[in-house]
Amino acid sequence: MNWTISPLGDRALVAELSVEAAGDSWVQVGAAADWLRQANVPWIIDLIPAYTTLTIMYDPIHVWKLAAQRNGLTVYEMAVRTVQGLLESVGNRSEQTARWMDVPVCYGGEFGPDLEQSAERSGMRVEQFVQAHAAGAYTVALVGFVPGFPYLAGLPAQLAQPRRDNPRARVPAGSVAIGGGQTGIYPLDVPGGWQLIGRTPLRLFDADKTEPALLRAGDIVRFVPIDEERFLALEAEEAAARER
Amino acid sequence: MSLIVQKPGLYTTVQDRGRNGHRAAGLTGGGAMDDYALRVANLLVGNEEGEAGLELTLTGPVLRAEEDLLIAITGADMAPHIDGHELATWRPVFVPAGATIRFGAARLGCRAYVAVAGGIGTAAALGSRSTDARARLGGIDGRPLRAGDAVPCGMAAGAVAPSPWATAWLAALAKRSSAAVAEGEGRPHGWAAWYAPPQAYGGASEAGIELRVMPGSEHGQYSEAARAAFYSGRYRVQAASDRMGVRLDGSPPLERIARNELLSHGIVPGVIQVPDGGQPIILAADCQTTGGYPKLAHVAAVDMPLLAQAKPGDWITFRPIGLDEAHGLYLATERSIRALEWAIRCRLPRDAS
Repeated sequence: MNWTISPLGDRALVAELSVEAAGDSWVQVGAAADWLRQANVPWIIDLIPAYTTLTIMYDPIHVWKLAAQRNGLTVYEMAVRTVQGLLESVGNRSEQTARWMDVPVCYGGEFGPDLEQSAERSGMRVEQFVQAHAAGAYTVALVGFVPGFPYLAGLPAQLAQPRRDNPRARVPAGSVAIGGGQTGIYPLDVPGGWQLIGRTPLRLFDADKTEPALLRAGDIVRFVPIDEERFLALEAEEAAARER
Repeated sequence: MSLIVQKPGLYTTVQDRGRNGHRAAGLTGGGAMDDYALRVANLLVGNEEGEAGLELTLTGPVLRAEEDLLIAITGADMAPHIDGHELATWRPVFVPAGATIRFGAARLGCRAYVAVAGGIGTAAALGSRSTDARARLGGIDGRPLRAGDAVPCGMAAGAVAPSPWATAWLAALAKRSSAAVAEGEGRPHGWAAWYAPPQAYGGASEAGIELRVMPGSEHGQYSEAARAAFYSGRYRVQAASDRMGVRLDGSPPLERIARNELLSHGIVPGVIQVPDGGQPIILAADCQTTGGYPKLAHVAAVDMPLLAQAKPGDWITFRPIGLDEAHGLYLATERSIRALEWAIRCRLPRDAS
């Protein structure tokens, strides 16, 4: 892997994967983020993996103390040297070794009010459209926009949808949606402009968990179609688990 | 026992130094916009510098103390009063049980901070008490304060027991206050005669607030003329500014030569991004974790407290510095805070009798 490191202000730096790695760059960026997280570097404050970049926030005071022990190194040089060393030792991650996650989805009806129109725009029958969406393996390219929202790469080109002209004031949590060439899942009730094709009973964001987001960059997601009865049963299970 | 919110003010939230480690899940870092003012306020009441305090915005709240408290008010000057008497700021202040603290509109600066000895005892969420209004986390129900809220603080309800230093000052100032009242002075005198040096905010003046900046990742994609205009021009803070970002307006629009769209990437407070309109936005404490706009420059961390105090209508100018210089300034500020901490800890109340 070839990483280029540059500063992002005086408390962060950006490691960017070289262009050749594009394609599955988010799998590699996710792997690098996990690796750095496990390395438990005391002066790394936070990490933001996204598409081709990994942003690393650091504590300049802590790094300065380390740099002071190494004559002549600036804070930035010290931080870059350490991060470079860690990135060089990240193993290559393939689809086999990534974390897989099955996400049950009830497509259409009140859970996916834009499904029929979306299928029509793609020139498909509704069942074909659902099949095509559920057949893919998607990679989490980044988690952002709102807490826990996964941007999923790997949508078949035929399923791409324009964003709505008038964004909804409230998209229900769990909604599975398509915006442009990406698909995603709304973790909270928030305003949103993507086309809603279904809903999952899974909770994408839970602040009571030590890892509050269900998905992280680099994970591979498969959608599993379920009917409404199964949706309600799984939703009840989730609610019961939260009570405990 | 608590501070009871009688009027919430414009936008008052519980903030500590922020929530780190969850940006990969899309959670903002948050924390006090003016981190320096919050830290000093905490030190002035004998707390660790990272305890939660209240962040007040433009117009402050009205709060009633349910028990005797030792507080400190720093940051913007919002003319705080207790029962009709103006309070001194940037120092330990005794607030008697039943007293009402009234804040007004900011005369200078934008955000004031209130720290209480023992901290604020609202529950921490994901390692921080900071209010994240987007994720509805931290503070009181993850939202700004409302009338009728009880902010837990003081001996029993604070985050920790007030330090022996704080307890000694609270007792001494209480004695001083009741002595003054007994002598019919009318003024409670319930505060220390010494103070921490307040920050200077140049916002409303013609010269404006000077922020020191480093080149951003897409600095080179702007024309020579655009860069020169950015460093020589003056920018006015827009009303649509908030904890996510400070929006600026100055003419002419900054034109980027490259036209390519950027892939979404990590962003952090201090980034100066320029959307298509050509007017810069400086990202602040509650900024999103990822964004796609080009980054022209980056405000040095040491100057972010000055940005926090810029209110709508204030003027801002930019001066370029290097990364090593920015780190040097950051380190110098850190040292001055440590020196201040020692100076405060060494001040013990003389017998007030």
